[in-house]
Amino acid sequence: MIPAAFDYVAPTTVDEALAALRELTSSGKDVKVLGGGQSLLPVLRLRLAAPEVVVDLGRVDELRGVREDGDALVVGAMTTHDTMTRDPLVRQHALLLALAAETVADPQVRHRGTFGGSLAHADPAGDMPAPALALDATMVVAGPSGRRSVPASDFFSDIFTTALGEDELLVEVRVPKHTGWGAAYEKFHRVAQAWSIVGVAAAVRVDGGAIAEARVALTNMGTVPVRATAVERALVGQPATADAIRSAAASAAEGTEPPVDANADADYRRHLAGVLTRRALEAASAS
Amino acid sequence: MTAVDERPGRELGNPRPRKEDERLITGRTRWTDNIVLPGMLHVAFARSPFAHARITSIDTAAAAASSGVVTVLTGADLDAEQGSLPTAWPITPDMKAPRHPAVAVDHVAFAGEIVAVVVARSAREARDAVELVDVEYDELPVVLDMEAALADGADLAHPDLGTNASATWVFDSAQAGTGADVEEAIATARESGVVIERRFRQQRLVPAFMEPRSVVVDPTGDQTTLYSATQVPHIVRVMMALVTGVPESKIRVVAPDVGGGFGGKLQFTPEELVTFLVARRLGKPLKATETRTESIMTGHHGRDQIQKLTLAATKDGTVTGLKVELLADMGAYLGLVTPGVPILGAFMFNAIYKFPAYHFSCTNVFTNKTWTDAYRGAGRPEATFGIERMMDELAVELGRDPIEVREQNWIKHEEFPFTTVCGLQYDSGNYEAATARAKELFDYDALRREQAERRQRNDPVQLGIGVSTFTEMCGLAPSRVLGSLSYAAGGWESASIRMLPTGKVEVVTGTSPHGQGHETSWGQIVADRLGVPFEDVEVLHGDTAVSPKGLDTYGSRSLVVGGIAVVKAADKVIEKARVVAAHLLEANPDDLEFANGSFTVRGTDQSKSISELAFAAFAAHNLPDGVEPSLDSEATFDPENFSFPHGTHLCATEVDTETGQVRIRTYVCVDDVGDVVNPLIVEGQVHGGLAQGISQALYEEAVHDEQGTLTTATFVDYLVPSAVDLPHYTTDRTVTPSTTNPLGVKGVGEAGTIASTPAVVNSVLDAVRHLGVRDIDMPMSPQRVWKALQHGASSTSGGELPDAASAGGDAPVVDMTAPTDPGEAGPSVDVAGAQDQPIIGGQPGDDAEGRRP
Repeated sequence: MIPAAFDYVAPTTVDEALAALRELTSSGKDVKVLGGGQSLLPVLRLRLAAPEVVVDLGRVDELRGVREDGDALVVGAMTTHDTMTRDPLVRQHALLLALAAETVADPQVRHRGTFGGSLAHADPAGDMPAPALALDATMVVAGPSGRRSVPASDFFSDIFTTALGEDELLVEVRVPKHTGWGAAYEKFHRVAQAWSIVGVAAAVRVDGGAIAEARVALTNMGTVPVRATAVERALVGQPATADAIRSAAASAAEGTEPPVDANADADYRRHLAGVLTRRALEAASAS
Repeated sequence: MTAVDERPGRELGNPRPRKEDERLITGRTRWTDNIVLPGMLHVAFARSPFAHARITSIDTAAAAASSGVVTVLTGADLDAEQGSLPTAWPITPDMKAPRHPAVAVDHVAFAGEIVAVVVARSAREARDAVELVDVEYDELPVVLDMEAALADGADLAHPDLGTNASATWVFDSAQAGTGADVEEAIATARESGVVIERRFRQQRLVPAFMEPRSVVVDPTGDQTTLYSATQVPHIVRVMMALVTGVPESKIRVVAPDVGGGFGGKLQFTPEELVTFLVARRLGKPLKATETRTESIMTGHHGRDQIQKLTLAATKDGTVTGLKVELLADMGAYLGLVTPGVPILGAFMFNAIYKFPAYHFSCTNVFTNKTWTDAYRGAGRPEATFGIERMMDELAVELGRDPIEVREQNWIKHEEFPFTTVCGLQYDSGNYEAATARAKELFDYDALRREQAERRQRNDPVQLGIGVSTFTEMCGLAPSRVLGSLSYAAGGWESASIRMLPTGKVEVVTGTSPHGQGHETSWGQIVADRLGVPFEDVEVLHGDTAVSPKGLDTYGSRSLVVGGIAVVKAADKVIEKARVVAAHLLEANPDDLEFANGSFTVRGTDQSKSISELAFAAFAAHNLPDGVEPSLDSEATFDPENFSFPHGTHLCATEVDTETGQVRIRTYVCVDDVGDVVNPLIVEGQVHGGLAQGISQALYEEAVHDEQGTLTTATFVDYLVPSAVDLPHYTTDRTVTPSTTNPLGVKGVGEAGTIASTPAVVNSVLDAVRHLGVRDIDMPMSPQRVWKALQHGASSTSGGELPDAASAGGDAPVVDMTAPTDPGEAGPSVDVAGAQDQPIIGGQPGDDAEGRRP
């Protein structure tokens, strides 16, 4: 399919991008930001969206890459999924993000699609929001009046909707270091390139055979990624055993309102959330 | 000029990599959509969003005023010329067939039907303008469910037709004189044996070829040239002439390289007809290339049957009769071979078995969905699924091993040739050998032990073992049989060979490869036969100007029919060359022997190579009196019988009972396709076929919502597996040559698809049957498997039929053998302006019952 016609802007710096966004949105233009194309290009090609202007961040080099900043890892919004799977800093300090990125789509998409693009798109079935939420990431948002920080728990507001204003950009993601934590991302889907029916992101810190801390978040169990706080609370202080994990995982779906589609109804999703949470925690505590 | 004395190695049996692959895989080749002609305009179609509606008005003004638009046409604008798209297979004399206009005029019968045609200077401008075509509809009740469609007072998919039943076709072995009476067999088994009754659903599938369909029409010059991503350029040419009234001699059809078809491009499409008509009207070349969603929505679909099977057996497991009652969903219209697809399965439910009594009936039903037609296997996967599920059910009922029960009933190798209860003569086969080899490769006994152990310890991951044996009738087809089945055309194939003066060879084939590798295989056949290097043979195809005669590629026919025509053409070249050689060598033709590309006078070293003789014929300086200066030849081969490949497939699945996820752990298949030309190509066909058959079992389904909208119109929702989703295949072959063709070959294109679906389903059920699961609908999605496990004893699909006594209530009771009203459509060929659908073929007064192939 051929997208409807649109104007195309390709800034090379964040400032240029923000200036373009500000100018376009203030003149009432319908603008979409292209962060790699994993989701936006299919939407354009199917003519589900027909923006007047596309602002492509592909040439903004300052948005790519991973660096350390004290207790945090700072990931540029335009860092590709493929980089996330390989980057040594990510694997050392935020293994969960690397493992989740490995499950995104296929190699071609992982080389084009970006971490920030995935977060800003906020697809409930996308695989990166839940791990970001689990690791208490903070979104750094740049706009006309400077930069602001939004915690992941406040960033995702609804299906395909975030705290980003129309003249703002997600520029980087600050992830508290989870060095030495075990991690696992359990993605349940029917074929390799399909979206998650349910996904579970888990990170645990095991100390002396007991679970000292646990972070669990769920993909596609609601309109936004959901933190399984009941599971986390139930785990802390427990021995890292199969029984303790099984018992805690049973409450994974507590408080969720899972979607219904051709692949799964709500009951099945709630059931899957429990099974996958148990498996993710078992894998994370063994890693 | 003398030819180089090369003695090429034997090509038959050589696993030569395909010579066409480099260009096909890189895409640097002649796909239809790559064609750009001077002055070419672009077509896009406005399509109905409703499954069933009256069109009350169409306003094209805004679209016509849109940038770059040349013209916008509606059904009314084209109706004087467009006639009706044809069907070529009137299965009964009274078959009902609605008129099928390429562009709807006042009524749409499925979502996606064309309602307006936009021609613009660019493809984008055409797409933009499509969104401006303003159509007003009055929605009509939507017919989606076959059983409901046949109930009294049902809504009608075509109100003017008066019924949703198109035709009922019956085969009865007692009436045909090929077997006993099935009702008697069932009655006897109810008294003293076993009767198994089941209802199975063959879900609707999308052929999902890689290259979406595309058509380019060039009306410049005296002949109009139509390029199309089609499997059947020769059939398209004939149909275009019949439907439009344009003389066939004024139409040239070219199928350039074509990226897959699987039966989905065995069609004469609305898009081809409209593009042809409008290009001629405008006098400008036109291109129409569909989007993926258009391809999934409006390219014909496949399968979609409800099967009710009754199997009678003795208590010791010998089957005494099989009764098959089918409903087949035609969708909204009858395409080229739509009505005949279930009939291709009619003679295959008895499969490899010696059933003494058999009754088959099928009612074809109209619904407001995309029309169905051929999809890889066409009728035979449905039949194989039905009987292979039933043989497993019989084994379960008797507490027997499923392979043992099959062996007890199958035709033994020493019993060939064997005439079946349908009257088909199977020429050769060895089911024992293929099964023994498959069991060995599978390590059947060890897997059974592991299965028992997992059951014992209540492992969350249960192991299942699925068996599927199969044969199929392919190599379509002996022309007289097609005639007896009222099909419009014959089943022969044509080939010609041109011996070029430089010693190179051109082979022209009437088959039309779209991924099968004919250029390689036919080259190997001719290189061996004529004793020339493989590299010297060029295979030409897919252009009616180059290859004027042919019946194209489908039904695993290309090698077993088209390849044999190539052999016969090569033999004619040799015989013509022999006369010239004898003259030049001053010898008696009978004293010449032909080997390794040269004629040699027996007992001497005097010889002439075929290349030298080709040049001698070209120069024509010294030919015997009365001999024409040409070694070229043409041959047409009409097979005397179908081809009957067979095989045994064994599938081990691991079913995660916590999630319902199915993983194939081991897949072994041993196919017998007779002798092979190129083992690598054969293996590739088997792999691809397995992928599609497994995918029917686990992944694919075209789903419509209550309004009749296809909800699986992208590859996000219509699941096609990739390599990582599929297991490693262990394949092997036994070789039982066909006795009905000189190469001993059998068809292979559909084998893997036919056999694999029941192997997977039987395997999954074998894994969970002890947990109370009786059946699970295809595709066996994780949710369906999990819910079946939750429901335990009750199945998700009601696979087992309720007793007649308890059947009242929910399901509409349908008399599946009720005769339909006599129709008006006659066995004639209608041309342009037809108000009924032209039905091509059929014999007046054909009796629908008791026919035999």
